[in-house]
Amino acid sequence: MGKDIYVVIEQRKGRVQKVGLELLGEAQRLAADLGQQVVAVLMGHNVAQKAQGLVHSGADRVILVDDPMLETYVTEPYARALTAVIEKFDPEILLFGATSIGRDLAPRVAARVHTGLTADCTALEIDPEEKLLLMTRPAFGGNLMATIVCRDYRPQMATVRPGVMKRLEPDAARTGAVEKLEVAFTPADMNVKVQQVCQHEGKAVDITAAKVLVAGGRGVGGPDGYAPLHALAAELSGEVAATRIGVDSGWIEKDRQVGQTGKTVRPQLYMACGVSGALQHVAGMEESDFIIAINRDENAPIMAMADLAVVGDLNTMVPKLTRAIQQHKAQKAQD
Amino acid sequence: MKIAVCIKQVPDTTEVRLDPKTNTLIRDGVPSIINPDDKAALEAALRIKDGAGASVTAICMGPPQADVALREALAMGCDNAILLSAREFGGSDTYATATILAAALKKGDYDLIIAGRQAIDGDTAQVGPQVAERLGIPQISYAEEIRAEADGVVVKRQYEDCYHLIEAKFPCLVTVLAEAVQPRHMTVRGTVEAYAADIPVLGFEDLKDGLNPDWIGLKGSPTNVVKSFAKQLKGQGIRLAGLSEDEAVNTIVQKLDELCII
Amino acid sequence: MEFTLSKQHQLQQQLYRSFAQAEIKPLARDMDEAEEYSPQLLQKMQQAGFFGIPYSTVYGGAGADNLSYVLCMEEVSKVDGSTGITISVHTSLCCHCLNEFGSEEQKQKHLRPLVNGSKFGCFSLTEPGAGSDVAAGQTTAVLDGDDYVLNGSKVFTTNSGFADVFVAFAVTDREKGARGMSAFIVEKGMPGLSVSANIPRMGIRAASNCVVTYDGVRVPKENLLSREGDGFKIAMKALDAGRIGIAAQAVGLAQGALDEAVKYVKERKQFGKPISAFQNTQFKIAEMQTQVDAARLLTYRAAAAKDAGQPYGSHAAMAKLFASDVACQVTRGAVQLFGGYGYAREYPVERMMRDAKITEIYEGTSEVMKMVIAGAMKVK
Repeated sequence: MGKDIYVVIEQRKGRVQKVGLELLGEAQRLAADLGQQVVAVLMGHNVAQKAQGLVHSGADRVILVDDPMLETYVTEPYARALTAVIEKFDPEILLFGATSIGRDLAPRVAARVHTGLTADCTALEIDPEEKLLLMTRPAFGGNLMATIVCRDYRPQMATVRPGVMKRLEPDAARTGAVEKLEVAFTPADMNVKVQQVCQHEGKAVDITAAKVLVAGGRGVGGPDGYAPLHALAAELSGEVAATRIGVDSGWIEKDRQVGQTGKTVRPQLYMACGVSGALQHVAGMEESDFIIAINRDENAPIMAMADLAVVGDLNTMVPKLTRAIQQHKAQKAQD
Repeated sequence: MKIAVCIKQVPDTTEVRLDPKTNTLIRDGVPSIINPDDKAALEAALRIKDGAGASVTAICMGPPQADVALREALAMGCDNAILLSAREFGGSDTYATATILAAALKKGDYDLIIAGRQAIDGDTAQVGPQVAERLGIPQISYAEEIRAEADGVVVKRQYEDCYHLIEAKFPCLVTVLAEAVQPRHMTVRGTVEAYAADIPVLGFEDLKDGLNPDWIGLKGSPTNVVKSFAKQLKGQGIRLAGLSEDEAVNTIVQKLDELCII
Repeated sequence: MEFTLSKQHQLQQQLYRSFAQAEIKPLARDMDEAEEYSPQLLQKMQQAGFFGIPYSTVYGGAGADNLSYVLCMEEVSKVDGSTGITISVHTSLCCHCLNEFGSEEQKQKHLRPLVNGSKFGCFSLTEPGAGSDVAAGQTTAVLDGDDYVLNGSKVFTTNSGFADVFVAFAVTDREKGARGMSAFIVEKGMPGLSVSANIPRMGIRAASNCVVTYDGVRVPKENLLSREGDGFKIAMKALDAGRIGIAAQAVGLAQGALDEAVKYVKERKQFGKPISAFQNTQFKIAEMQTQVDAARLLTYRAAAAKDAGQPYGSHAAMAKLFASDVACQVTRGAVQLFGGYGYAREYPVERMMRDAKITEIYEGTSEVMKMVIAGAMKVK
């Protein structure tokens, strides 16, 4: 059997992605139940200076694989590096962010070391008797939750949705060792060639960071229907989010999609306009602090879960609301 | 060029409902469809066939009823179809599924294998990369575009914040996103030919040379579901109906003020 | 007796349904308003093989059967009656004439491009003075050297606005009455052939439907279908076949309107509850679905008889007689369930109601259907 909980820290261009820090926080909680340690696995090139921050965020130790082969994410070199870590340290548990990197790397490595992997988990627990990792995830488009175990193989591997776990407040007083692992790469490990790295056109939208989200669903009716939502979102210093129908119909960018196949968000305010509340969408926004729904159909599922459910037509309500908020702000400024 | 496309037949999860009394899935009357990402994979393969020319084989693991999904793939324009079906395969998790698919793919000597990124019933995105690992070939997942060249592909690979243009030599495996391409319709003639075609069914005996029986099916699956349950939805909050729009707007503004959002 | 579709038919139904929902439904209202069919949509349907469904692959058709064709008519007409008639006139009138009565050369030259989706066909029979009384046609064809010279005018010729091939009926021997009529393959571009603008109509407004004038059109002898004097027989056989398609169009229109109504009555609230909770609504919906199913079974029976090589003229007439009546009743009932919104052009049921009426009229009126049925029963 293995030992300790390992967290694969995702970094892009040397910037540690926040899902890794969330996982360190969660791993600390699980480690307490197991009586084991939390180990961060940091892979990249010239990233050593990031190790200390990981200790502050909950890592008891950091394994560092630093090599020019790991400059940009490519599946095979990263899979080789991580396999070397597993073979050397024999982790009990190995966690990844369920990002487009984590969900590429984790299955490859799980197949290589012959163990189980559970994708896109939303909850992790330690079974009090068997000390197994209980991995819970949505299935059937969010209609059902399933709890999965990996009894006979180690490490127990899971990818975890970004935005679900809570990171710890960084504590500069925490200390931990940083251990470098040299991996003997060969040129053949670079089995594909990255010809070009392109940033997305325009400013990347990060709806997971927004405090307020104004979401439009089928009810917006078309690409033009988002304009009033943008105006409202601007007034609330928020962002516009969307459901699958809007993205699949090409009305709005994929970046803004909330739900099972989009992003998980937990803003202070989620304002759902013309959103029916299909389970696959709800899966991505139900943890929002406060939910306001505006919908013509009072029986839409979203209306049953909203903190404030308003029966009405978004086409007239949203512009009115935007004006009312402007007036309210102006009023407050005078008072 | 020989292309294989891995497809899965799935229940249309947008039609799946929960029985409010028993909290179980109502699957009766829910249509079975080709998984949307896999349908995009078929389209990606058929576009390569239309352009550079290729033979396209659709491969599906599933119960005998999954035959329908393969007929649809043929009716869209695939040249061949293979069904992997056996009692021994039942209950496979992603590791075991990938092991079986890889054993079947090894027999075909394919240049390019295309799969959907993930299936809407499981949403794992694991089978594609695990097939690639079992075959020992490079993988490129999350593909938005595939350009076929003489000896390989150039793929536009999506990340959250950017994309990479990645070049891979044959043989390799690519997983594609449903939003990447709009799948074509079947043709009427295609449906007729699809039912005239012979779809070989490969079982355990056919694949056993390349298959460790301890690594497949329920007992060969490293992961097991121990519990499944309906999600608890949030309780209902305040409901405003029958108000004038102005009254409703005022209530919302008051609430936003209370929440210190404005 | 088998009442379920074969797996192959189910797959075809899935194709027709998904195509209709994805490609036709979004355009139906705009095409009706514009009174014009979308050329892009015609092209997409050609690519999918919708214009050669029951014809042999030997001539480039899809190689499917008449039941499959009926499933297509039903699914497209669920969302748009105009699409139904566009496919139907091409397939079961124009192509049918060539397939049944054309020589091998004529099939290779004219049927092939029609069924492989590169050309469109129409059927030029009805005249201002000759509707149900087909034999009263005034258009004439006179042999002059190697050509027949056609003179006359046809009305309500569906697809004529964009057709490449016109199956035209003309009198070659006035003395012989019905047996003096002949059928010709007239090709677009032949001098003297002219097509008017669309005739303004109540329904199926997106379909092309014009006056076609033959002003000394010289048609080579090799374009005579079958023999001189066979025209009336050819027309009647084509109409027998066409009626199966019209019955399917009627079934589709009825089911489409009913589906819209079912969705609406669950959403619409009056007196504090959805109108679906009122027994009147439930009874109405139940009656409508029963009617539609009965019409569908008659239609499938006619198609199955044709596929089995059995006589089907009377089956087709019964299917059309009943289904067209059901289409009118059910679409009207759907508008009634919608109330004021049903009358508004925002919702599709008023269009379906307008489209339904023609199914009682074209390719033989309901009255003609009764004559056919009684005649087959030897009640004369």
